[in-house]
Amino acid sequence: MSVSGADETVLTCEQAIRLLAAYLDLELDPSSRGDVERHLSICRSCYSRHEFEKRLKAQLAQLDEEQVSPGFQERIHGLVARFSAARTAHDTD
Amino acid sequence: MRQMSSLTTTPEHVDSSEPAPWFGEEVQRLLPKLLATAVRLTRNSTEAEDLVADTLVKAWGRLDTLRDRAALHGWLSRILTNTFVSGRRSGSSRTERSFDELAEDEEGKSFSLFERLHQPFLLWQANPEQQFLDRLLREDLVRAIDALPDVYRVVVLLVDVQGFAYQEVADSLSIPIGTVRSRLARGRSLLQEALWKHAVDAGLEPGSDARSSR
Repeated sequence: MSVSGADETVLTCEQAIRLLAAYLDLELDPSSRGDVERHLSICRSCYSRHEFEKRLKAQLAQLDEEQVSPGFQERIHGLVARFSAARTAHDTD
Repeated sequence: MRQMSSLTTTPEHVDSSEPAPWFGEEVQRLLPKLLATAVRLTRNSTEAEDLVADTLVKAWGRLDTLRDRAALHGWLSRILTNTFVSGRRSGSSRTERSFDELAEDEEGKSFSLFERLHQPFLLWQANPEQQFLDRLLREDLVRAIDALPDVYRVVVLLVDVQGFAYQEVADSLSIPIGTVRSRLARGRSLLQEALWKHAVDAGLEPGSDARSSR
């Protein structure tokens, strides 16, 4: 059970861990975000978990690009060129 | 990276005075990102290229409804994802579980890599969970993502890899935001479990003799 006092909620570890994913995803409202940050500032274990999950998430984000082969690059270039030619033909009709 | 308000931009008329030049340039710039999403969705490079090409054909047909050029990546990602999901949904036979039904079925204890690795009594002497991440290769993450069922892989890709917001993903996939959260939680759990299992199979988990050989 969390403890409230002076308009600040003190989270338990269980509560902080439950909110951690949304916290890292920037999906928490400001009040909840503050609650999590206060807990992380005083709990070494939860802070360690936060650092781990944050780093894993950052590593996943590095997969956001794939090398494009010259052949596929050419295919898409040709596709866009055909779009443009079709549009030009339509505009001149 | 967050792409607020880009994935679900409500189409409005755009300045279409010269769409082709900027569209072509932007497509070439975004191609590595679109292909990355397509490859991870299809798990097949040939299908991925076809998916991207189909996406661009569809996008071109509705380009004059794009409100903001800056939102092009999100807009294209939405079309790409929906094309993939539609293909999966329509491809389910009567005897196969549907794309969405599978998600409702999945249950299981949540797996946490951190809980498996963390040893609080070590304090400042060692950090096995960070050491695990130090040794994590791109191919390990790719393998773990590719092993996810479609329904979880889609949300993990959109949120964790491409950085879209929950609501954007919900709108894009036409599912409640709560469903995005639950599928994301399940997908992340399965991904972490896959990473752990691979490490164990390869003898790479902290404390194993093979640790220094990688």
